[in-house]
Amino acid sequence: MANVISDETIDYVGILAKLELSDGEKEQAKKDMGRMLDYIDKLGELDTTGVEPMSHVFPVQNVFREDVVTNGDESAKTLKNAPGEKDNMFIVPITI
Amino acid sequence: MELLSYGAVELATAIKEGKATAVEAMEAVLSRIDAMEEKINAYVTIDRDAALEEAQEAQKKIEAGVLTGVLAGVPMAVKDNLCTEGMLTTCASKILGNFVPAFSAEAVVKLKQAGAVMIGKTNMDEFAMGSTTETSAFGETKNPWNLEYVPGGSSGGSAAAVASNECFFAVGSDTGGSIRQPASFCGVVGLKPTYGTVSRYGLIAYGSSLDQIGPLTKNVSDCAAVLEVLAGHDTKDSTSIQREDTDFTSALVLDVAGLRIGIPRDYFGEGLDPEVKTAVLAAAQAFAAAGAIVEEFDLSLVEYAIPTYYTIAAAEASSNLERFDGVKYGYRTPEFDGLHNMYKKTRSEGFGAEVKRRIMLGSFVLSSGYYDAYYLKALKVKAMIKKAFDDAFANYDLILGPVAPTTAPRLGESLSDPLKMYLGDIYTISVNLAGLPGISVPCGTDKKGLPIGLQLIADRFCEKKLIQAAYTYEKLRGAFGLEH
Repeated sequence: MANVISDETIDYVGILAKLELSDGEKEQAKKDMGRMLDYIDKLGELDTTGVEPMSHVFPVQNVFREDVVTNGDESAKTLKNAPGEKDNMFIVPITI
Repeated sequence: MELLSYGAVELATAIKEGKATAVEAMEAVLSRIDAMEEKINAYVTIDRDAALEEAQEAQKKIEAGVLTGVLAGVPMAVKDNLCTEGMLTTCASKILGNFVPAFSAEAVVKLKQAGAVMIGKTNMDEFAMGSTTETSAFGETKNPWNLEYVPGGSSGGSAAAVASNECFFAVGSDTGGSIRQPASFCGVVGLKPTYGTVSRYGLIAYGSSLDQIGPLTKNVSDCAAVLEVLAGHDTKDSTSIQREDTDFTSALVLDVAGLRIGIPRDYFGEGLDPEVKTAVLAAAQAFAAAGAIVEEFDLSLVEYAIPTYYTIAAAEASSNLERFDGVKYGYRTPEFDGLHNMYKKTRSEGFGAEVKRRIMLGSFVLSSGYYDAYYLKALKVKAMIKKAFDDAFANYDLILGPVAPTTAPRLGESLSDPLKMYLGDIYTISVNLAGLPGISVPCGTDKKGLPIGLQLIADRFCEKKLIQAAYTYEKLRGAFGLEH
């Protein structure tokens, strides 16, 4: 395997991805990611000098509109899905 | 049984003419579900009472002459990544296991306006990440043609529901082949429209630049009719496009004379099952015999489509799935120590292995130091792949090839080797990268009795060519489907 993923890298990716992996999962993730990156390295065979990266297949522009409210108060419906709610607000752990 | 053998449009016509009612159709589907669902597991959620009540409402409106849509009274199945107001929408994931949306996806709203009545939500690979419907948190769906095989994925529940007559038509989503490949494995028709044709509003995003919603149906006529309902500009989706030519049923014409069809040599090389190859080339012969001009050509860059796709799709997935954090909806871990630990534990417990794999890969390719080498490189190759298709469509009206290299694999065979599973997407994913429309139509069965799919690909906005060719082929081929 050309791409060897270190413990540091997998821990860093875990922080970015907000995932907590068990030791077993980490080992598997190192293998899986290394193997996928080996495969993705195939793109290096292509000379892409001067090619514009294409994020969209159409030359779409940002679509702007006036910031006008069109829906009513849906807070009750929205809060029904909340894992925790109190006084029309989401309950979350202490953040600071 | 007879009612169940109707196509969606046939059924709507029969209801309109008073030969059947929406309630009879729904009752027939529900008793079919009672008989089959234990074996197939096509659905995640079914609300029988709501379905029957809606069918009664629809019937009243049809009789009163106020509900006249092309799908009036027709029972439909909806993939579980499309939001449905008041009905569970899980994406087949534990993290959304209790999520009841406060609104419906635009595609669902349009289908209901056309008179379709929802039966329930179909099973899928978790967050549409997979090719077998085995990564669902609610158990795998089985292939109605043989219960030991997968239905394909990620819209496997939708394809299986259509194939087993557990609905009259279904909708799915296609990010890298997730409509066309299960349609192929289950012997039904599936179409992925040109990017932007169907509003993605209310579709829970996986790879936003690649995702499109489309129909899975018993035949090409139904496919055209459902697509006609789904298509349309929507201000709620900024990537939705304005197009005038969405009268797709006008393309249901028996004629392929003079149609220029290109067969990419690169689609028939190593890895393609000989039985699939034979069936697809026989279909090409049928087109030629009917007057189409069929030629082989070199598409190029085919081998780069999979690494490009998995880089871009994983990157977009890692960003899109950041919203599942246990704060506003869905699963929250019961025990945690502070905010960050809550996020991490919630996500780690809520997502399955394949989803985590793609989030990790996506986070890596977007991370500082690797962004240019991986993500930006993939976006450049994507531009090259699109150019290769532009060149092909300068010479051909349609591209013809297989949907997948093999027929459906056995249950349990694919998940042990993710990379091998990804390689099965080789013929479908470049269509998403280039934003093109593609259709899967059954073209035979293999020695195991499993369906083989023919794929037709058209240039952007050319769904009508796809539909006309597929409709003509369907008539040339003759009847196809499971004996029920």
